[in-house]
Amino acid sequence: MTSREATKSDHYAIAWRLPLIVWQGLFFVGPLLFMVAMSFFLVKNYRMEAASQFTNWSRLLSKDFFWDAYFFTLFLAILATIITSVVAFPASYFLAFKASDGARRWAIFFLIIPFFTSYLVRIFAWQVILAQQGVINAGLSFLGLGPWQMLNTQFGTIVGYLVLCLPLAVILQTFSLASIDKRLVEAAHNLGCGRLRTVFTVVVPLAKTGLVVAAVFCFILCFGDFVSPYYLGGSKPPTLSILIIDTSKSGQQWPRAAVVAITMIVTLLAVALAAIGFAYKKRST
Amino acid sequence: MPKIMKPTRRDVLKYGAAATTALCTPFVSRAWAETVEINMLAWYGHGEPDVVGEFEAANNVKFKPKYYAGGDNMMALIAQSPPGTYDVILSDAEFVQQLNAAGYIDELNPADYPFDDMLYDDFKKFPGHWKDGKLYSVMLRFGHLGVSYNTPAVSEEEAMSYKAFWKPELKGKVGHFDWHLPNLGQMSLYNGNGAKLWDQDEAGWKKIQETTMSLRPQVGGFFDYGGTFNGLKNNEMMAMAGIGDWITGVLERDGAPVKSVVPKEGGIQFTESYSIGKGTSKADIAKKFIQYMMSPDGQVHSARMLAYPAFCVTKGGRAKLNEVDPKEAQRTGQVDGMPNDPITLIKDGRIHYRNTPQQQSLEDWNEFWQEYKNAS
Repeated sequence: MTSREATKSDHYAIAWRLPLIVWQGLFFVGPLLFMVAMSFFLVKNYRMEAASQFTNWSRLLSKDFFWDAYFFTLFLAILATIITSVVAFPASYFLAFKASDGARRWAIFFLIIPFFTSYLVRIFAWQVILAQQGVINAGLSFLGLGPWQMLNTQFGTIVGYLVLCLPLAVILQTFSLASIDKRLVEAAHNLGCGRLRTVFTVVVPLAKTGLVVAAVFCFILCFGDFVSPYYLGGSKPPTLSILIIDTSKSGQQWPRAAVVAITMIVTLLAVALAAIGFAYKKRST
Repeated sequence: MPKIMKPTRRDVLKYGAAATTALCTPFVSRAWAETVEINMLAWYGHGEPDVVGEFEAANNVKFKPKYYAGGDNMMALIAQSPPGTYDVILSDAEFVQQLNAAGYIDELNPADYPFDDMLYDDFKKFPGHWKDGKLYSVMLRFGHLGVSYNTPAVSEEEAMSYKAFWKPELKGKVGHFDWHLPNLGQMSLYNGNGAKLWDQDEAGWKKIQETTMSLRPQVGGFFDYGGTFNGLKNNEMMAMAGIGDWITGVLERDGAPVKSVVPKEGGIQFTESYSIGKGTSKADIAKKFIQYMMSPDGQVHSARMLAYPAFCVTKGGRAKLNEVDPKEAQRTGQVDGMPNDPITLIKDGRIHYRNTPQQQSLEDWNEFWQEYKNAS
């Protein structure tokens, strides 16, 4: 290829990438930088004033309630990620290896359907299901059990997180497992490897990237979710997203809400980068 | 053989002109009677058809409401908008002073509004609505916050004290409307602070915190409007702090076994008032609208508002409510001589107007509220 052709090809590639770069710059990097700057602003008479002071950072980071909310949010998101990944895996395995092509297509279609309705609406529907006089407790009463307190508990929050993440996790895991070369699984069986051992020594390592990506998506969605901890968990105790709402509501402290938001973004970036690093790490031979 | 239609150029022009006229007619007629858009800043529900529908139809106007949740939020929305953005502003009374101080609202002419018809003298000169003898806001409606409860779970006698929230049988069944101001105000009342509920020194504030913290084991959740509504409706919460008839009234109208009372320690009054936004080009129609809302018809629409009910402030409004909806008037005590008549409660000194903390900042209250929510 001549240098002139190479330059032409570079321009062609840049032209296609430019819209995405501009979009991300305008609507992600720009607002993000503004939010960082805003965290140093001050609020006077309900009005933000540009400043460069650490007051918001020092005041918020020195409060126990902030760290309580931080570790609680982290704990819930990790728990939901583990539960979702574990619950999703058998279903994904079945769809990838056992189900017919037609059944898999229908299953994926049904997994996408929940996204057609608003997440908030689905969560309000779950209030009816989990309530003390709700559907589950009504069923349990026939067996002489309950009623159990499920709404406004951490259990309720986890249910909400699963509603949010499980379909997505199954879809991502299924695509990842389906792309595994089946001959490798057969080879493992031919060499006398048991079914369970094949899953953990062949299937999971081969699908590692997809499984980790599904888990990361789950973590990101749960860590930042406001709806489930508020409407199913009763804000008891509050998560970081609820803290953002409370902080911005009282005295219009948007700069302090920005401190919470930046802490969340830094945490998410750290977790996502570590997970992606792990997913793409080559196995030592 | 079927005849093939071959339109001539004249046909095309003729039918084309007819079609264009037909298509454009609605726009032409709309242009003849152009609807005036009124920008309203208010709590949810105030710009809905059940309240403003009649006024819109009679005056060929259309309300474009921007809803907020809380006075802080309202202040921020105005602060971030150019002057003249909002023609009519509905505000919590305690924020009128701040609206005025910031120069966001116009002076009103008292002669334009029915002050002589007010149910109670205080409403004529409501705190913060006047400055240096000039009027800036007109009180539209009010409501009382106290103990809201599930009637099979709590008796009215028990509900007559905030102590009901500590009832052992209600463990995990007491909910909070998730806003520190009314909740901590109620705790201050329970501590016996009465009229000085907002004006507490360090020792008083510490005691409010202790009282509030002692309630934490009873608490089943912290809710916004929708959550509070659902919590009471599906019996998840048997008692609720920080609210009043503005929520239970909606449920009660639907037959739910819930009620609100003003306990013996006293209740808190929320007050909503209308102002005209400074810089508006539609001051005349804004004034006409406020006059309508202060008329008996407007007062009835406000009192029966679907989103959340409240009390009338004028005698004419109360009389009209008793005439068109005696059941609702009876339910809310808006009948002269009833023991729970809201005006009687105010006169008896059992009601305290909602305010902001006088010796602490809103931030102090909010930070304690966060600690409280995080406590186990």
